[in-house]
Amino acid sequence: MERVGPAMSLNLSLKSVRRIKGTTLSIVGLLVSFLFLFPYVTMLSTALKPVSTITDIPPSYLPKSYIWSNFIKVFQELPFGMYIKSTLIISISTMVLGLVVAIPAGYYVARNNFRFRTPFLLLVLVTQMFSPTSLLIGIYREMAVLHLINTYLGLILINASFNLAFSVWILTSFFKTIPVEIEEAASIDGASKFQTFAKISLPLAIPGIVTTAIFTFIAAWNEYVVAYTLASSPSKQPFSVGLSLLTGYYEVKWNYLFAGSLIAIVPIVILFISIEKYLVSGLTAGSVK
Amino acid sequence: MVELFFVSFRHISISGLIKGWSGLKNYKALLNNSDLIATVERTGIWLVVVVVATMALSLPLAQLMNAKFRGRKFLRYSVIVPWAASLVITSTSWKWILDPYYGIMNNILMNFHIIKAPIDLLGSPDTSFIMLLIVGVLVSLPFTSYVLLAGLQAIPHDILEAARVDGAGPWKGYWEIVFPLLKPAFLVASVINAVYVFNSFPIIWVMTQGGPGYSTDTTTTFAYKIAFRDQDIGQSAALAVGNFIVILIFIMLFLKLSKWKELDQQ
Repeated sequence: MERVGPAMSLNLSLKSVRRIKGTTLSIVGLLVSFLFLFPYVTMLSTALKPVSTITDIPPSYLPKSYIWSNFIKVFQELPFGMYIKSTLIISISTMVLGLVVAIPAGYYVARNNFRFRTPFLLLVLVTQMFSPTSLLIGIYREMAVLHLINTYLGLILINASFNLAFSVWILTSFFKTIPVEIEEAASIDGASKFQTFAKISLPLAIPGIVTTAIFTFIAAWNEYVVAYTLASSPSKQPFSVGLSLLTGYYEVKWNYLFAGSLIAIVPIVILFISIEKYLVSGLTAGSVK
Repeated sequence: MVELFFVSFRHISISGLIKGWSGLKNYKALLNNSDLIATVERTGIWLVVVVVATMALSLPLAQLMNAKFRGRKFLRYSVIVPWAASLVITSTSWKWILDPYYGIMNNILMNFHIIKAPIDLLGSPDTSFIMLLIVGVLVSLPFTSYVLLAGLQAIPHDILEAARVDGAGPWKGYWEIVFPLLKPAFLVASVINAVYVFNSFPIIWVMTQGGPGYSTDTTTTFAYKIAFRDQDIGQSAALAVGNFIVILIFIMLFLKLSKWKELDQQ
């Protein structure tokens, strides 16, 4: 008994040290989380305030009464429905166009060792670094020549091309993980090249395709600079542009503004979390492993 | 494939176009622009401060995200939010928080007795740029810490264990064993982050529009102002070529770091 005693207490104290360490980490983690969530929590608090208390001085941290109906009224108070419609049209078309181009490209690059493949992949990667901001004047001129200023099509084309790099990289790496043997077996069974691709490889690459689709969708959803420059009429503006213009007015209804913003953010954050695993490898293109 | 080639090359041809229109006259006008030097200096500060602070903070943050504790998932998801959310929305919220009358930042500072009376943090050139720097770091951290987290997770567990047990002390063990293994991830994250920060437009545009005056402009927002507000496309294009060259330098750095020859062989 006497010998067990100290060992047990040592064990106990180790356990409690570990517990204290765990609790400290939890508290630090919670504080850090709050720092990152702070602007969004403020948005939520503001969005729930009654319109009359928005301009209270000093402002209250939390709403005095919670007006959940602000989230519905935003559709009447602001041209929010119109913005969401434009954003959806642009984002979904960008996503579809991006996939149509990137799937064959990614498949081809993964399966064929053509000359200049490495330089080609590099070039694709490099285009990702030129944000549209730095090329804005060029883009504007190009769109003017093509008569695509203030059109959905213009924004869709630009969004799709600037996101191709990520898409092609991700899809190439996904197609590479599918063993060639499976395809060979299919072709021995008499399947044509296209049949092999459509019936064997494509279904196996679904996770990669979903990741690419979501990423492109979000990028187009959040895009600002190009739309801000090209979309001059309110009916063509996506949410990001509409929001930034609304804040410029003298009397801003911040509660509705933020209610709308939260509606625009929440689905995006959930989608983003769902592809988190693949994001880093796609954006750093394999240079991190 | 053909279309992809076309698109990839198109970005390059745009820069060619830019060079096509702007003669020496535009460059001269740009160099004579009295706000240019201050803006270039500020862009340097913006780039260096945001990237250095981001990288310095993302190392402990990634470590925290990798540690085992209750609520780790919540932390990881919280960190992802500013990355996923539109920068315009995030910046708008910060602008509202920092509002001199209705924003809660003044409230917080007064409750903690840091200031006595409300101040206009975005209204004066001294404080507004500092606020932009802080927001810039906060929205850059998610990407860099996730890259470092991926790097940390790729390090075999026994190496981490060895670094801890080695007897060299956890601090020394970390810098001598763990950090060298993280270095590739750290460098790549720095360079990609530098490109993002250099190109960054929405934060500055939404929060201050480069103002008051030109006091918070970087070359990116400055080029935008010259082109689309002052309608001097030529001069703006000259500046854009300068910006383009800066990005090219970053890309060279990235290619050097990423060992791209091996990368295709994976």
